[in-house]
Amino acid sequence: MATTIVKTEKLVGQRIRRREDPRLITGTATYVDDIKMPGMHHACILRSPHAAARIKSIDIGPSAGRPGVVAVFTGADVEGVGPVPCGASLPGLRVPHHAILAKDRVYFVGHPVAVVVASDRYIARDALDLIDIEYEATTAVADPEKALEPGAPAVHPEWPDNIAFNYHQEGGEVDQAFASAEVVVKQRITSQRLIPSAMEGRGVVAIWNAGDKALTIYSSTQIPHLLRTLLAQMLGLGENRLRVITPEVGGGFGSKLNVYAEEALMGFVAMKIGKPVKWIESRRENFLCTIHGRGHVDYFEIAARRDGTILGLKLKLIQDLGAYHQLLTPAIPTLSVLMMPGLYKFQNVRADIVGAFTNCVPTDAYRGAGRPEATHGIERMVDILAAELKMDPAEIRLKNFVRNDDFPYATATGLSYDSGDYSAPLHKALGIVDYPKLREEQKAARAEGRLMGIGISTYGEICAFGPSPATPAGGWESATVKIEPSGMVTIMTGCSPHGQGEETTFAQIAADELGVDIDDVLVLHGDTSIVQYGIGTFGSRGTAIGGTALYFALQDLKAKIKKFGQLLLDSEDVSFSNGVCTCEKSGRSVGLAEIAGASYRAMKLPPNTEPGMVATHFWEPSNFTFPFGSHIVVSDIDRDTGVVSIRRYVAVDDCGKIINPLIVDGQVHGGVAQGLGQALYEEAVYDESGQLITGEFMDYALPKATMMPWIESSHTETPSPVNPLGVKGVGEAGTIGCSPAVVNSVVDALSPLGVRHVDMPLTPEKIWKLVQKGAQA
Amino acid sequence: MIPQSFEYTSPTTMDEALALLSSGEAKPLAGGMSLIPMMKLRLAAPEKLVDLGRIGTLNHIHAEDGGIQVGATTTHYQVESSELLRKRCPLLAETASNIGDVQVRNVGTIAGSIAHADPAADYPAALQALEAKVKIVSSSAARTISIDEFLIDTFTTALEPGEIISEFIVPVEQPGTGVSYQKCAHPASGFALVGVAVRLRIQEGKVAMARIGVTGLGPRAFRALEAERAIEGSAATAAVMREAASVVANGIPPNSDLHASAEYRAHLARVYAHRALIAASARTA
Repeated sequence: MATTIVKTEKLVGQRIRRREDPRLITGTATYVDDIKMPGMHHACILRSPHAAARIKSIDIGPSAGRPGVVAVFTGADVEGVGPVPCGASLPGLRVPHHAILAKDRVYFVGHPVAVVVASDRYIARDALDLIDIEYEATTAVADPEKALEPGAPAVHPEWPDNIAFNYHQEGGEVDQAFASAEVVVKQRITSQRLIPSAMEGRGVVAIWNAGDKALTIYSSTQIPHLLRTLLAQMLGLGENRLRVITPEVGGGFGSKLNVYAEEALMGFVAMKIGKPVKWIESRRENFLCTIHGRGHVDYFEIAARRDGTILGLKLKLIQDLGAYHQLLTPAIPTLSVLMMPGLYKFQNVRADIVGAFTNCVPTDAYRGAGRPEATHGIERMVDILAAELKMDPAEIRLKNFVRNDDFPYATATGLSYDSGDYSAPLHKALGIVDYPKLREEQKAARAEGRLMGIGISTYGEICAFGPSPATPAGGWESATVKIEPSGMVTIMTGCSPHGQGEETTFAQIAADELGVDIDDVLVLHGDTSIVQYGIGTFGSRGTAIGGTALYFALQDLKAKIKKFGQLLLDSEDVSFSNGVCTCEKSGRSVGLAEIAGASYRAMKLPPNTEPGMVATHFWEPSNFTFPFGSHIVVSDIDRDTGVVSIRRYVAVDDCGKIINPLIVDGQVHGGVAQGLGQALYEEAVYDESGQLITGEFMDYALPKATMMPWIESSHTETPSPVNPLGVKGVGEAGTIGCSPAVVNSVVDALSPLGVRHVDMPLTPEKIWKLVQKGAQA
Repeated sequence: MIPQSFEYTSPTTMDEALALLSSGEAKPLAGGMSLIPMMKLRLAAPEKLVDLGRIGTLNHIHAEDGGIQVGATTTHYQVESSELLRKRCPLLAETASNIGDVQVRNVGTIAGSIAHADPAADYPAALQALEAKVKIVSSSAARTISIDEFLIDTFTTALEPGEIISEFIVPVEQPGTGVSYQKCAHPASGFALVGVAVRLRIQEGKVAMARIGVTGLGPRAFRALEAERAIEGSAATAAVMREAASVVANGIPPNSDLHASAEYRAHLARVYAHRALIAASARTA
């Protein structure tokens, strides 16, 4: 029998370079806009210039007759298409009918009103200018708090109070906790609207095959299977006749965890004109029409004893929903409520959410989705409390952490934290910065009148969404592993990774389990006709759930491999490791390729065993996972200009077991960049009339590489008991941990001037004014 | 982000280009760093574009008659990396190195920037401090005017239809001159919230020459004459520098937008003027 080289080195845990990257950085990856079909047409969409208006008339005028234009559709034409779906359900939730093209009214700037289809994109765009729409502008409201004031303009005339829902959650004895508290601190804290700004905007190619009555949709999405199910409903197609293909996705960050009007609209157009059609979102459309993130106004109250023991937390949360619900819009703030206690041990919590309609594009999931807001809130409140009590911010955290022997820990918000050692990353981060020495240095700086700050955040997050009963569409994930007759391994994952590196991490897991070379493993995803049903990649779930499904599929295959090994070696006493079945007694062995080949040739089969070497596993998690960590930011403020400089950024993250430290570091870096963007630079600003005045990168300040500090990233590793890999997830950790660390640092720097809180973004002018005011006081 | 259709030509000689531009209908295109985004947003919709990029005689940097000639289509990168400019007119090179990012500097041109007359562009501050001359040509005439005459208002210049800039003339710095460009960059666009360009020459302990150009603060870049007067003839002491910086924004209605109010912008102008004066003074030795 043949012998195979015995592999001993495990790949899991190693810094292996991403196998996705060569194609991404050499221009050989295929994005939606790279898809070209014979006879393909191009669509451009006419959008409302008003935030609120009645459409008095639509005259498509000469647009349809322009050479090259094949069709023009307006709201009246698409009434047969189902509404854009809201997947979230809350008691009493008001769900406005969300047609794919507006017919009678428009509700935000960018609201799609008509579509022109032409032989090229330029003709389609020029023809938009020939459509004449008579609007009667009405008063808009863009600020969620103003929308809730009596007499505010109604976004939807049927609901004059602009309230989409009220949501209440409570745990413990909140009134008693606050009544017995020695100190209560209150603060209004905002988490501003942000624009997710994926490098690749959205894009759709739709191809109708009239003969097969089958529609193929290429879309830059995070959820190909869910998109297929929901689009099939909207378009009245059998789900099995709709194929969704997700080619390369140039960033999603939650903004592509959605079902958009344009996806259904292109399907409708392709079916109508019988030709392939492509729509590529412009950057302007991306700013105006792809979901935004955050949009919170939070009123926090924290109750404590004088010794720093936290007793309870109250939150009134106003969520700026925008004009409609997109897929998960109303569910996002409920995640904030779940995580509002952070890592701290107290059992009295009350939260009231008001979901407010505004004449703005809807908000929805954006990296962190509800948890950055929650973490920002609790981490700011703990710092404010520490300042009130004149306690050290590290000390107050260490005093209140959930203890190691408390796990699994039941929170007042109904969660069960899986595992943790919350003081470990904080101690590690404090050690890295040499905290006592740093405070000495700060004392000296203050004596010289310099503004130096030290900010700590100790975040916890909820990841790996999630147990199915707690999710709108199923929270499991699927994997199929095929060992081809040659011994090559093909993995099909349902989680549709799009930049998170699972083509590498999943290959690492499979290579270790099967003892094959990593280059013999191919990971496929993102095509509903190739890959079994899956849920998608979001909420830091890819590896924790998708990876676990893969792990169990691999276990099934290993059992089957062993059976064939027993058959081929003619012995019961066979073990499989490092890609080889070995019989201890005889010393004979047989390699995986030979076993796989034998399973397909099927000359002989083990008892009760099917031919072939394929296993599929759908894995349902029993709980979420709860990563945690500690970020410390040392900042200096230029008194003359208000500019914040970040001197040190230390991130100690515990995401459970690490499969690939290089990818984990990359996730932390990217996450911190987006957290820093929120803390210092970014804000989607609508004026009073509902015009987005940060509608392009000339005005919306996305941080650039040169604006990033050096990130000192390290880890502690506390395995999760929820899955056998012990992994928790790290896609959003950087974003969640970052913003409070930055703001705590800047507030710490400004504290000698009497500053207690500053809302994000910490723009130089805002800081300069505080310095001026403080200097006068 | 799709422009209206337009006719595009790319002549290789000046005569050809000026003939194409003579009717005044066509718009000259240099690096396209301002014009193309405006066309994509349909804020500009020229029917004809004349690309000046293939006219070799417009791209040059050379010394002549005691000045340095910088051709219209010289890129920001060429300016920032020119040995001649770095040695003889370092303010222009330093200013170019502060423009946008590497990609913009590789493509954007000096005349494209100046002809666009963005009130927050970097070059105008330096050209004002350098008292630069602008050479203008058309199919029928040529003229040379000062940069101060050239910059009329926000997005408005002295260029007449059919005219283009052919080159700029900047001085060769005399020994004992120190220069600096200090800029507070807009976090999104990279343009100057304010930018201050300073030239100082110190002779026998006194400031023999002070030129201060300011961009970003008002409707166009300007020379801060009051500040110059406050420092010229005095010893270059810290007190004098502070005094000069404190009047740099006088008499100018400051711009105000989402990122910087008028009050903050005027304050920034004073802060950055002070920094530029200190830095330039340190380089006079």
